[in-house]
Amino acid sequence: MTSQRSPDAHSGDDVLIALRGVSKAYRRGKEVVPVLSDIGFDIRRGEFLALMGPSGSGKSTLLNLIAGIDNPDSGSIVVGGNDITRLPEASLADWRAANVGFIFQFYNLMPVLTALENVELPLTLTHLGRRERRDHALLALELVGLSDRIKHFPSELSGGQQQRVAIARAIVTDPTLLVADEPTGDLDRQSAEEVLTIMQRLNREMGTTIIMVTHDRRAAEHAKAIMHLEKGELAERVELRRE
Amino acid sequence: MIQWFKLVARNAWRQRLRTWLTLAGLVVAILAFGVLQTIISAWYAGIDNAVPSRLVTRNAIAFTMPLPHSYDKSIRAIDGVRGVTYMNIFGGIYKENKNFFVQIAIDAGSHFDMYPEFVLSDETRRAFMSDRRGAIVGRKLANRFGFKPGDVIQLRGTIYPGDWEFVIEGIFDARDPKADTSQLFFHWDYLNETLRARSKAQADQVGFFVVDVADIDRVNEVSQTIDALFRNSTTNTLTETERAFQIGFMKQTESILVSIRIVSVVVIGIILAVMANTMAMTARERLGEYATLKALGFGPGYIARLILGESVMIALIGGTIAIALTPPVASRLVALTETPLPPLIVDTKIIALQLFASLAVGLLSTLVPMHRAANIRIVDGLRAVG
Repeated sequence: MTSQRSPDAHSGDDVLIALRGVSKAYRRGKEVVPVLSDIGFDIRRGEFLALMGPSGSGKSTLLNLIAGIDNPDSGSIVVGGNDITRLPEASLADWRAANVGFIFQFYNLMPVLTALENVELPLTLTHLGRRERRDHALLALELVGLSDRIKHFPSELSGGQQQRVAIARAIVTDPTLLVADEPTGDLDRQSAEEVLTIMQRLNREMGTTIIMVTHDRRAAEHAKAIMHLEKGELAERVELRRE
Repeated sequence: MIQWFKLVARNAWRQRLRTWLTLAGLVVAILAFGVLQTIISAWYAGIDNAVPSRLVTRNAIAFTMPLPHSYDKSIRAIDGVRGVTYMNIFGGIYKENKNFFVQIAIDAGSHFDMYPEFVLSDETRRAFMSDRRGAIVGRKLANRFGFKPGDVIQLRGTIYPGDWEFVIEGIFDARDPKADTSQLFFHWDYLNETLRARSKAQADQVGFFVVDVADIDRVNEVSQTIDALFRNSTTNTLTETERAFQIGFMKQTESILVSIRIVSVVVIGIILAVMANTMAMTARERLGEYATLKALGFGPGYIARLILGESVMIALIGGTIAIALTPPVASRLVALTETPLPPLIVDTKIIALQLFASLAVGLLSTLVPMHRAANIRIVDGLRAVG
């Protein structure tokens, strides 16, 4: 494993995400609580970035802003040439459907749908036909090693298997960006390792850009770089390996 | 669409106990609504069955006051009148007060020509005509008390005092299923002759005349002519269409009907509140799922349709079961209460009302939860997971 400091911003065509002057605060009654202050950095295409920091440092908020499920108070977030902070809600939903895959800590699968149906779900927003949707979903489940569990409901799967279904759902639309919020936070060590290995493979073999929020140092070490946040500010960025 | 329907259908049965209880409540409410509406409809059956060419001539002061029988000839002589019959409400008690049913003294010679909606065989008609003490009973009344031809029954008079004996000569049916066959008809002549002997002051009087007008366009003219004819007599008349007469009669029971109507609407209001509560709980429990769907790119409209679809599906299942149960329950209710109501017929209007009420409950109960769930901020919804 290599480790080196790197500059805050990159330039060139390989930049997928560019944040400039991003700030976010929450209101608690009359009190305004700043969460992120003037954040600015770039994320390259094909990067696997782990966001770390203590609770309340703003890492999940930052992830939500990049994924387009929350809006900054100020600043711009350009993803693949689109400033997503300027997109109206309906366009932002379309943008998320086409560009972002989500992996959540508690998997967030639809409990009434089977593994296959859960993975097929995001494809219903595309123009794919029924058979094509099924083929894509089967392929995604095969990639995460769950071909033999396609008819199982989430309640019939272990935590690790559920998270692998969630990964299949996240990658089935072939998104530009995969965002994962504590993807191993609810898993045992072995399941966590399996999930992280799959994410690493997706990044390495398919070139998927991944941003992962984690508390777990061992999980973060599966990434190519770790970015530390403290009190809503970028503390440091550590490059772990370059391929 | 298929995926949406799958989600809606499976979500509807996710909390089985809750869904079954909601369905049970819906079935009871829609059923009660349907039965109450059927009772109201049966109450108004007389109005619906009113024939436009028939006029009713009654005492101008009150319909409970009689008219002289001698008016019969004068009315018959009016130009445009095709037929006249007359009758008296008898108001007798059969064994006990609770055995209430309508008894009417009729002019047997003219009555059935005027009321073709009542159907009786030639044999029954002959037997009835040939027996002064004879009576005929409607099918529903015969079934209620087990009356059969040859039975002798006794009624205790209330309007006309004393005990009155009748021989059942036959049973009549109705051409229209809505027509009332819970009545007993007997000879006005028998009533009159007995009154001449027992209570002379009540003799030679009729409750009201029913006049058949040959040309429907002359109904108003004939009506005015009848009343003008008796304007200077000791007893003035009021002639109105059969429908207007029925409405006037119904007005006396209007407060009961209004109460029944209010209860039927209140029942729907209660189930609407119960259903709204259920849907609010359901939506609150699934906020995380809705937020996840929104994160995946599904719009607020999709979330709203999920909740709406589930609610409407449950409401329609409940409504359909209730609609299917309404006719047997209405019949059973009549049998249990031995009510003197005409047949409780669940017609298409009532079915449509029940269906509309079910749909309205399904739609309205989701308005608030649908709005909340569809507009939830994704980050807020995701916090609900875990």
